[in-house]
Amino acid sequence: MNAGTVARSRRTAVAVLVAAGLAVAGCGAGGDGRATGSGGDGRVTGPVTVFAAASLTESFTRIGKDFEAANPGSRLTLNVAGSSALANQITQGAPADVFASAAPANMTTVVEAGDADGAPSVFARNQLVIAVPRGNPTAVAGLADLTGPGVKVALCASQVPCGAAARTALDAAGVALTPVTLERDVKGALAKVKLGEVDAALVYRTDTREASADVTGVEFPESARAVNDYPIVALKDAPNPNGARAFVAYVRSAPAQAVLAEAGFQAP
Amino acid sequence: MSDRLLDARLVVDRGVFRLDVPLRVAPGEVVALLGPNGAGKTTALRALAGLHPLTDGHVTLDDVDLDRPATGGWVPTERRSIGVVFQDYLLFPHLSALDNVAFGPRRHGVERRAARATAREWLGRVGLDAQAQRKPRQLSGGQAQRVALARALAVAPSLLLLDEPLAALDARTRLDTRAELHRHLSAHAGATVLVTHDPLDALALADRLVIVEGGRVVQEGDGPSVTARPRTDYVARLVGLNLYRGRADGHGVRVSPELTLTVADRLDGEAFVAFRPAAVALHPARPEGSPRNTWAGTVTGVQRHGDNVRVQLDGPIGVAADVTPAAAAQLRLIPGQRVWVAVKATETHAYPATG
Amino acid sequence: MPAALVIPAGLGLLFLVLPLAGLLIRTPWTTLPERLTEPGALTALRLSVQTATLATALCLLLGVPLAWVLARIEFPGRRLVRALVTVPLVLPPVVGGVALLLVFGRRGLLGGWLDSTFGITLPFTTTGVVLAEAFVAMPFLVIAVEGALRAADHRFEEAAATLGASRWTTFTHVTLPLVAPGLAAGAVLCWARALGEFGATITFAGNYPGRTQTMPLAVYLALETDLESAIVLSLVLLVVSVGILVALRDRWMTTA
Repeated sequence: MNAGTVARSRRTAVAVLVAAGLAVAGCGAGGDGRATGSGGDGRVTGPVTVFAAASLTESFTRIGKDFEAANPGSRLTLNVAGSSALANQITQGAPADVFASAAPANMTTVVEAGDADGAPSVFARNQLVIAVPRGNPTAVAGLADLTGPGVKVALCASQVPCGAAARTALDAAGVALTPVTLERDVKGALAKVKLGEVDAALVYRTDTREASADVTGVEFPESARAVNDYPIVALKDAPNPNGARAFVAYVRSAPAQAVLAEAGFQAP
Repeated sequence: MSDRLLDARLVVDRGVFRLDVPLRVAPGEVVALLGPNGAGKTTALRALAGLHPLTDGHVTLDDVDLDRPATGGWVPTERRSIGVVFQDYLLFPHLSALDNVAFGPRRHGVERRAARATAREWLGRVGLDAQAQRKPRQLSGGQAQRVALARALAVAPSLLLLDEPLAALDARTRLDTRAELHRHLSAHAGATVLVTHDPLDALALADRLVIVEGGRVVQEGDGPSVTARPRTDYVARLVGLNLYRGRADGHGVRVSPELTLTVADRLDGEAFVAFRPAAVALHPARPEGSPRNTWAGTVTGVQRHGDNVRVQLDGPIGVAADVTPAAAAQLRLIPGQRVWVAVKATETHAYPATG
Repeated sequence: MPAALVIPAGLGLLFLVLPLAGLLIRTPWTTLPERLTEPGALTALRLSVQTATLATALCLLLGVPLAWVLARIEFPGRRLVRALVTVPLVLPPVVGGVALLLVFGRRGLLGGWLDSTFGITLPFTTTGVVLAEAFVAMPFLVIAVEGALRAADHRFEEAAATLGASRWTTFTHVTLPLVAPGLAAGAVLCWARALGEFGATITFAGNYPGRTQTMPLAVYLALETDLESAIVLSLVLLVVSVGILVALRDRWMTTA
């Protein structure tokens, strides 16, 4: 089936819904109703809509503020969700300027649908750690410690990036692990640790940084075999193409990279 | 066992309304609680059944206190030896006629097969063998009434209670059912209390009438004595008599400041005078001679009443008179017309208001 | 027929039916047989039907007496209790799942005690799925049955008492048969809600194939990678639920 025709036929309906969402967001930010506002001099104004993977929420919020400060008159709107959900929204015609994915596979979906403006570039990497309750009460030191009797482990489902990465890491370590649950996303796995329902979960390092009040991240060597690349791209149908390119460039700049590093991301 | 199977004084306070009805019923006796709507009859029945607790007084059945607030004596409904026929029968809609009747025996510990046999026997007695498997909604009103009676009697209750048992039936079914009900009530060995606002039902079914008005017993006795000597307007209306209360002095009873009725009976003190509407004669002018009671009245209403015409008149006393259509035409009776009213002393019945 | 009613009615129907039509149109009919017989799909379906049925049984066991108390017993705070019963209707199911964890989880109010005393743990088990489904579905049953009890003539219960029936016998032999249609409707609603339950289940019981992965969870995860697979799973859920609802309606919910 040709995904392109379907995408076009549904574009309007999706646009209505997304537009409604943005209108609500715009009201809060005091929107002026201007769709684009880029001058010939490359100055960026107007709204820039960024679809970003959920794990980027905190970093991109900060980067977005810095970006707005650096480009007076611009306004950044973040739409965060699971990478695959975002990829679906984009191929179904959601009006976005930039897509930042937590996994190359979802980026491929967007590129293959012809929605990318140029080639995506990797701007950050994330690596798995073992999330355990704060202070690591059971002294977990590596993947092998997770297979003991009575040890409850949460993984992400293999359909989502953190689950695929966990599978790769476990295979690399030769550890046969039966989790009690396969969570729908990394936050779900982390929540089970926070609530004390599981003894450990394989999550991204950035997630444990952010939740350091409740959990501790234990590094393990096999995670190097399952590094997650975060690609970013400006989108072809971007309502604000100048803003899109400017934001992609900004994310790769030194100040933004410093924010990402602080959150636990590795440089590409 | 005493000759009072049921001995009760039913006192129930409900806001401003207070029911206070003493009631004694012998084995095999049928007592009708008769009264207008709102008199408290149904409340009395519910108190007997244990569906409404007494405020005071007692219900004693077969020497056992079922309800006595003063001592805290209380037997819940399901452990009272009673059978109730409700006004709209309340047959369980999901059960066949047979299972409705078998319901009581089953709850009293009878094994299923035996309970069904009992039920079948009772349905036979009320003439409904053929309808045993029907659901209540497939029964006619008369049939449903008989199933309800069979259901109440199938537990052989010491006290049978009936709430307006014939009220839901049409006139024709009512006649047949009333006769049949009378047969079953006569055969019932326990005490029976039935509540009705219909004097015909009460007279046809009951050995004794207890007239209740405003929560109080106003008159009590067997059918003939109650109909012959009504003591309230309600009873007089029920039995179709003109009734007046006044002060007797020999053969005269002063029923209003302007009117003293001459009566055949001789008595003194507070008294009732009653006479039939048919005993009232109407004249265009004051009739002469004979020891008649005569006074002037004004016609306030005229309507057909059986073969005759019933005329309502105002005057020193309000009175109903039954006259022939011919007489009514001759007198040209229309509201507002002035006529002379006459009643022979021999047509009146006077009796003491006390005792 | 007033157009003011007929036109919105038609639009309303269209609004409900069009998405279903969308599912049918996008269904990959040619590969349907293989996809249907995939073991994962059948496992999830079986688990869904089993847990929804058990959850309904649990709701009947606890919800019918609760409805009876609300309908028949006067007590202070009854309105508050009735409002509390409906809380799961408005609570986002994910929050319901977290709340269940806070009570029945390993560190929960009761969960720790259950574990240490009886060795019972509920999260990540099939029993946990049943609990999560029952939590969100029970209000449907309680509300339906309470309504039926209120509508039923309570004098039938008095009649039963005069015939010697205890309150319990009256309840089982008279009250329940009287409210059977309402009970059936409530049970069906309850079952349907349990069958579609997602948020509380994945939060409280997690997601593991064969143990806690019900159809809605399988559909959600299939959506991440394979839209067609998700459509097929949804279609199966749709066919099973509509089939059972239609069958039950004809059998139980038509009253003369």
